[in-house]
Amino acid sequence: MKIAIIDYNLGNTYSVANAIKYLGYDVEISSDEKKIKNADLLILPGVGAFEEAIKNLQLLNLNNILDEEVIVNKKKILGICVGMQLFAKTSDEKGNHKGLGWIDGNVKKIIPNNLDKVPHVGWNNINYEKTSILFSRIGDMNNFYFDHGFHFDCEDKYKSSFCKYGDIKITSSVEKENIFGVQFHPEKSQNAGLKLFKGFIEAIK
Amino acid sequence: MLVLSFLKGLLRLLNDAIMLKKRIIATLIIREGVVVQSIGFNKYLPVGKPQIAVEFLNNWGIDEIVLLDISATKSNLRPDFDLVKKIAKKCFVPLAVGGGIKTVNDVRLLTQSGADKVVLNSVCIQNVSIINEIAASFGNQCIIASVDLKMDSNNIIGVYDYISKSIMELPPIEYMKLLEKNGVGEILLNFVDRDGQYNGFDIEAINSLKDCVSIPIIVQGGAKDYCSFVDLFKNTNIDAAAASNFYHFSEHSVIITKAQLKQLFDSIRVETFSTYIQNKLDTRSRLSKKMDFELENLLYIKVEKEII
Repeated sequence: MKIAIIDYNLGNTYSVANAIKYLGYDVEISSDEKKIKNADLLILPGVGAFEEAIKNLQLLNLNNILDEEVIVNKKKILGICVGMQLFAKTSDEKGNHKGLGWIDGNVKKIIPNNLDKVPHVGWNNINYEKTSILFSRIGDMNNFYFDHGFHFDCEDKYKSSFCKYGDIKITSSVEKENIFGVQFHPEKSQNAGLKLFKGFIEAIK
Repeated sequence: MLVLSFLKGLLRLLNDAIMLKKRIIATLIIREGVVVQSIGFNKYLPVGKPQIAVEFLNNWGIDEIVLLDISATKSNLRPDFDLVKKIAKKCFVPLAVGGGIKTVNDVRLLTQSGADKVVLNSVCIQNVSIINEIAASFGNQCIIASVDLKMDSNNIIGVYDYISKSIMELPPIEYMKLLEKNGVGEILLNFVDRDGQYNGFDIEAINSLKDCVSIPIIVQGGAKDYCSFVDLFKNTNIDAAAASNFYHFSEHSVIITKAQLKQLFDSIRVETFSTYIQNKLDTRSRLSKKMDFELENLLYIKVEKEII
């Protein structure tokens, strides 16, 4: 099982690699086409602004490489935070920008209808679909770390979990065939996050 | 009465409230590669290696760690990327790193070395537009602005520039608004006069400042034990509280703090293997020894190791 973390000059790549390594899996941070093609699972990490993220993917031709691997060859991919948001058609973060367009949905600013602060930062409980392979191992450990000002607005059929911020529902994860994404940071969610990674990787092994 | 409050506490633990949690944050002050206890921004006592402190705080269930290298900017050094890498190895909670950051590239290298967010302080005083530049690449949520607050000679609270050792003319509220406008995701308010004093959070000042921006605020300075946090969360609606010194000097300090808070507030994350929710504390908030019969009973309880 080879895991490649996509290096697109953004993202907390070290933290993601560190968590996967801790679980004992073979992982590499790379933007190299060959290595991406040889990997069994791709991870698109987060921590970045949408426009810069999509620009960087294009600059490194990663959008085309990923299109081929994920859409044509059906390789499994896990997007984290802005890495997940990139799967959307468009994003309203600092302007309006086109995403990879893999999942029908748009990224919009979080507008709470009370006095809650934006960005949505901290540990929040998710309500998840028990059948999703992302959550096969977490049990009742459903507290995850979020840090985002924008959220993935899409049809319910693509959502495998959500969390509540004030009285709005925020998409916490999306799924479509071989495409998986989480809004929170499993690599920074202590044992809950490590269990998520392990459950997911074991399920697709 | 005692039994009732104990049961209530237990019930809270069992029924985790579905909501965003108040964050209990540890700030590690690093000076020349060593964690120090800071007193009033001018006296420093060595505590130990940062990677050990991070490993313990992580295991004790801290919600977030802020690493501040206070010697980098003063000595005109860049962030110590290798040290951050070493520290991040044992850190599975968010790690925010500050000290010596001057450019977008510093932020890039930090996120490639284990940082998940960055903390900016004096660079914002010198050049507030750097925030915009960093946010354009990494997003607003990646940036915490640290604001040091100090009383001036007329007992009015002002923004303290630790490099020039002077209080800025711009009042704190205006400065905080300026930071928000330029795109920071959070503000860390650090009360310098309370640094290392153990006299509790400055509730009055916090309440006078917290509503001027619509981004999350973290407060720091003065925490003595869990009672300081109780006082803060009872009297303000602040999102996150940080402490640095007191965590280092008592075993399992984070778990104890959270266990006590959980009995009063729903919005506390308690996920460590042992929670200490049933333990008694002594007057200095340290765990008391259990009664002999309780210890004897423990002999027959099998505790399985948590498997990831």
